[in-house]
Amino acid sequence: MSTGTITEMSENRTKNNILKKIPQVYYFLVIVTVVGLLLDQFFANGNILSNPSILRNIIIRSVSLGIVAVGQTFVMIGASIDLSVAYLISLTAVLTSLIVQGDPARVPMTIAIVLLIGAFVGLINGLVITKLNVNAFIATLGTGLIIKGILNGTFSSGSLGSVPKSFQALGYNSLGPVPYSIILLAAVLLIGWFILSWTKFGAHLYGVGGNILVARLSGLRTSRVLILAHVISSITAVTAGLFIVSRLGSGNPTVGPDGIYDLESVATTVIGGTALSGGRGGVFGTLAGVLIFGVIDTVFNQLGVDTFLKTVLRGAIIILAVASYSVRSTREAA
Amino acid sequence: MTTQVKKPASSNLMGVLVKIWAWIRKIPPVYPIFLVVAFGVSQLNPNFATPNGIMAFIRRAAPLVILAMGQLFVLASGGFDLSQGSVVTLTIIGSSLIIYNNDEYTYLAIAIMFGIGIVVGLVNGFVVAYLKVPSLIATLGMLLLVKGGGLYWTGGAPKGYLSEAYRFIGRGYIENVPLIGRFPMSGVVLLVVAAILIILFHKTNLGKQILAIGDNSQAARLSGVKVRQVRMIAFIISATCSIIAGILVGGYGGSSITAGEGMELQSVSAAVIGGVVLLGGKGSVYDAAFGALTLEAMVSLLNLLGLPKPYRDAVQGLIIIGAVAYSELRTRKHE
Repeated sequence: MSTGTITEMSENRTKNNILKKIPQVYYFLVIVTVVGLLLDQFFANGNILSNPSILRNIIIRSVSLGIVAVGQTFVMIGASIDLSVAYLISLTAVLTSLIVQGDPARVPMTIAIVLLIGAFVGLINGLVITKLNVNAFIATLGTGLIIKGILNGTFSSGSLGSVPKSFQALGYNSLGPVPYSIILLAAVLLIGWFILSWTKFGAHLYGVGGNILVARLSGLRTSRVLILAHVISSITAVTAGLFIVSRLGSGNPTVGPDGIYDLESVATTVIGGTALSGGRGGVFGTLAGVLIFGVIDTVFNQLGVDTFLKTVLRGAIIILAVASYSVRSTREAA
Repeated sequence: MTTQVKKPASSNLMGVLVKIWAWIRKIPPVYPIFLVVAFGVSQLNPNFATPNGIMAFIRRAAPLVILAMGQLFVLASGGFDLSQGSVVTLTIIGSSLIIYNNDEYTYLAIAIMFGIGIVVGLVNGFVVAYLKVPSLIATLGMLLLVKGGGLYWTGGAPKGYLSEAYRFIGRGYIENVPLIGRFPMSGVVLLVVAAILIILFHKTNLGKQILAIGDNSQAARLSGVKVRQVRMIAFIISATCSIIAGILVGGYGGSSITAGEGMELQSVSAAVIGGVVLLGGKGSVYDAAFGALTLEAMVSLLNLLGLPKPYRDAVQGLIIIGAVAYSELRTRKHE
């Protein structure tokens, strides 16, 4: 029964013309970019267009947030949320640099260990939410606090350990003209898109997020679907942590919360058109949300906007971006 | 009446016991937990159970209790207010900037901060109710707006200072009170705020309307609740509570740009420990207040047990998960 509706849906999707398939948020991205470029031309040195490295930096700066946000998109499509990602990123960064100890031979083992830890955290999140029926907001806030406590109790603050040069290549080197970091982001996005659009699990996730009761009554194992979504979210957080530690060269327990990855990934995902109430959305919308943040950051830097004012504008843009299409919805928000 | 049959005494007793048991089961678990934790604290620290100890505890807990009660209004309507902590910080750094070297500006500063707070609540409410932005996002954006705005206003560091009169509200004691010796000023503020909020939530229609919206906003609207106005009022109350809490925190701890950080999540946790249900429909001011008291008492307990500070976060994480899991289990049994 569920497969029937899924094939219908995908047929409908192919019938729609290409313009309708572009998530709304891309129009917003275009507006932000154009306005940003104009501001840059008139009020700054106009370097954004003439200097390709700036454009490349927008994307590189968006890589870590983009990777986390892909995972966040998964849980949010399932009408869940993951607030534990920030501390999981910190945990990954610290553990990676401590385990690897600058030894290139240990890199594969380290990556395997941190990915396993991430999967475990996701599993716990998923189990607490589905089996103990704890609201996802509280559950992941709680696991985040637990990780934070363990992290700050066990490791001193400041930089810890170091990663080998070969590992730093992920953050700095490039394949031809394309930096590895962009390839990483693209790979995560494509995998996320593939899982959501072309696998049974993806379809089930939309079903669970749309209406969990209906999904359960039509025979879905809703718990398993949600648990897997949380495992995916945690694994993307670990991936982002690995990328960050490769950029920084050593782990620091504050990298996650400093980047506000938890709330920013939620914000970019919502800006990208994924509903907090679940059932709708996709990774490419989220990418646009992340790029909007990247463009805004770059433009502000070009204009030399005060850091605090930047925070203010960021807050305003989050609200306005979401409001720009939520205002037309007929549904009440809470 | 005339058909009264004398029941055997034993079954009568059983009936009474069953009734008592049913009544006990209705008590939210937060109250016995609070008593147990408070008992634990008083065992480890004999000072705690003295009038002085209790007064010091009230003084310390007052801001979080006020925040949690304010947060309740938004939580019960089905939303979140994540801007609370940033409003607390703004209140402190804003007040000290306004007062600067002029003690007579104390009340002016408080009035201005209340004005700003009401505007913040109004905007939160407007964005959620009229622009239909989910409150999680709306108040997160407001968090950034208020935090950035406050730092921009003061240039990134606390400027000026808080006058003695201002600080008295958060840390002072009223001396020579009959029976109990002295009573913290923040306790007075807490009692006044609690009385107002209890009346608003439990004695007027507002509380019922908020709960109705949290339960099912469509149904509430169809039965004549002005959903948008009520939502806005909830956010204004929460923001006003944040301002009051900010005044107390500033008085207690002095001016700092990180004073309010994370308080929004603490107040949500406190309300949840008290048994308030996220996404709306269930909760009471008493539960939220006792949740906050329990959270503060637990922090004292962990302190006394000598747990290093970072691990307290971990324990708090476990506690909030446990509290929600337990209340879920309870409600499922009842249904």
